[in-house]
Amino acid sequence: MFTTYLRRELAGRRKQTAIVAIGMALAIALVIIVNAVSAGVQNAQATVLESVYGVGTDITVSQEAVAPTEGEAGTGGPQRFDFGADDGATTDGTTSVSQSRLEPERGTTTFDASALDTVTTVDNVSAAAATLALSNTSFAGEVPDMAATDSTDAAATGTMPAAGERPAGGPDGAGGSAFSVDSFTVLGLDPADEAVGPLSSVTLTEGRTLAAADADTNVAVLDSSYATTASLAVGDTVTIADTDFEIVGLVTATTADAATASNVYIPLDVAQTLSGLTDQVSDIYVQASASTAINQVQSDIETALPDSTVNTQSDLASSVSGSLSSASDLVKNLGLWLSLIVLAAAFLIAILFTISGVTRRTREFGTLKAIGWSNGKIVRQVAGESLVQGLIGGAVGIVVGLAGILVINLVAPTLTAGAATSTEAMGGPGGGPGGFGEAAAAAATSDILLSVPVTFSVILLAVGLSVLGGLIAGMIGGWRASSLRPAEALRSIA
Amino acid sequence: MYELTNVTKTYSQGKRTVTALKNVSVSIPNGQMVAIQGPTGGGKSTLLQMLGALDRPTDGTVELGTSNLSTLGDGKLGKIRATEIGFVFQGFNLIPTLTAQENVETALAPLGIPASERKSRAAEALAAVGLGERLTHLPAELSGGQQQRVAIARALVKEPTVLLADEPTGNLDEDTRDDIMELLEGLWRDRGLTLIVVTHDTAVAARAQRRLHIKQGVLTEVA
Ligand SMILES: Nc1ncnc2c1ncn2[C@@H]1O[C@H](COP(=O)(O)OP(=O)(O)O)[C@@H](O)[C@H]1O
Ligand SMILES: [Mg+2]
Repeated sequence: MFTTYLRRELAGRRKQTAIVAIGMALAIALVIIVNAVSAGVQNAQATVLESVYGVGTDITVSQEAVAPTEGEAGTGGPQRFDFGADDGATTDGTTSVSQSRLEPERGTTTFDASALDTVTTVDNVSAAAATLALSNTSFAGEVPDMAATDSTDAAATGTMPAAGERPAGGPDGAGGSAFSVDSFTVLGLDPADEAVGPLSSVTLTEGRTLAAADADTNVAVLDSSYATTASLAVGDTVTIADTDFEIVGLVTATTADAATASNVYIPLDVAQTLSGLTDQVSDIYVQASASTAINQVQSDIETALPDSTVNTQSDLASSVSGSLSSASDLVKNLGLWLSLIVLAAAFLIAILFTISGVTRRTREFGTLKAIGWSNGKIVRQVAGESLVQGLIGGAVGIVVGLAGILVINLVAPTLTAGAATSTEAMGGPGGGPGGFGEAAAAAATSDILLSVPVTFSVILLAVGLSVLGGLIAGMIGGWRASSLRPAEALRSIA
Repeated sequence: MYELTNVTKTYSQGKRTVTALKNVSVSIPNGQMVAIQGPTGGGKSTLLQMLGALDRPTDGTVELGTSNLSTLGDGKLGKIRATEIGFVFQGFNLIPTLTAQENVETALAPLGIPASERKSRAAEALAAVGLGERLTHLPAELSGGQQQRVAIARALVKEPTVLLADEPTGNLDEDTRDDIMELLEGLWRDRGLTLIVVTHDTAVAARAQRRLHIKQGVLTEVA
């Protein structure tokens, strides 16, 4: 009787069934989509973070940049290249000069490498590695040979330029000159350490990665997209601080869409020597022995190194910027609230329609009671109807939701994500207007195609919600029906 | 066998209280056919509710056989309704989404009777009221008289001892009314039921063995 009656009611009252089911379907579809997009955005965030900070990294340690005191040149000051009279090679009346210099990245503050030992001794630190983030800026140009110009001019006019007056030739004169300024990021890291740090999460595409034997050797590993841009390959030479490095390997981020943390990777000791930053490092990457220990490790390091800034992965997540971060906020806030509101509305619709249905069927339930149906039997009947309506809605909602996810994945919106390096995230005086400071950010900016995963748990959640909605509406409706007096059946409504 | 002693029923609507039954005492032996007449609002339906275990009196006792309907709990009253009492209503009260046969089956559902037996007994009951060919029709596909026959089949399929009918012909035209009354009388005679019929209609009341009149909650015997 239960199933016959249920079937007849749902088929016989199609409009009510359809409205409740559609409301539920919309809500379920929205919940599925919001959930899946949220998971997709989170995956994208994780991808960006991993490519920048390394898979095993739980905590990064850096030092806050101190604003330069008045009269003192800060790291953000203008770049200068000075060339002495004998610099450059002269051919055909043109002097070629070039210089490349390795300096800390704009906004980066370096600190003594002994901090690494301090970090290593903190309880529950399972691995730690120090790196030195540098920027190599090379200046190359051609200027007309001054001697040649002068002699021509002197011969023509017979006069020397007056004191304070520029010679007629020269960089702004008729002689013409060309300069190029090139900059890329260089990361010095301990070649023996592979467990933690920026190189722990990359994929080797060619050659080899740095090994313990590379200490004190002029070898470099390049980010493969930088290598492509700079037309460099394994076996070629890259010049850093006027020193030639042999390229031994190329790496990419584990996911093809993200860039790695730096353009060039070299052994830490070489980096320190060439930049003149002996025993200095800029970041320490720390792995905790357990995720539950992260907070303790963070506070212990903060105590041991009071000048340092200690960030955890969750702090880092907030440094992911760009449209990815907006998408994440949008999904988290708007999406969550929207799906909650629609879900509440769907539940309310189901409840109201069930109640109005019960009210309309007052005489029907009164009659059933009059002929001996128990309250339990009537509650079961009403709850069963609502439950099935909810399940129909859930099934339709899952189909609509999956279709929505399919559409999103087909469209695959591109999100740009800038994972600010830990030093920049602190808002030091780095990153002057344009110019070289942007290189660091550029290294970490990635375009991520949003890919929305469908998980079994989302489907389970949808089914659970539709069952819940159906049951809530059914219990309320059933309770209303069972509280009707059986005498209602005798009410003479024709 | 009904034994009603000083039955009073009051309804309170806000401040106002309505006394629907006043000190009603009456005894109805098994197998009797009784007609209850009276003006609208006189208390006929209220009396039928007391007899049908649908409600408890405010005061006094209602006994059916050995059961005291005025003190039993809802569950017990439900069981008595499911087994002993058949109802026929003025408005037929069929479930619109169920077929004739399924409507009749609803009376057997609380008795824990297996589905196949339910179906065959419902078909038999419909045949007994002359609707053997209409098993799969929905109420909306049947005439008023046919719908009331389905309701009578539903009331009788569980083989109750008492059949209570509240103005069973009130919604029917004159020809159909006679058919239905003849059907009820025939079933009463064949099955030895106690049949209590509330009616406005003197022609209907004339068929009964005994006539009761109720006005403003006061019951009187009509000679
Ligand atoms: N559920 C109820 N609540 C309040 N008053 C009621 C209720 N049922 C019946 N009454 C009142 O009791 C009186 C008797 O009603 P009823 O037994 O239905 O009369 P009849 O069936 O003879 O027309 C009427 O005044 C009616 O208004
Ligand atoms: Mg009445």
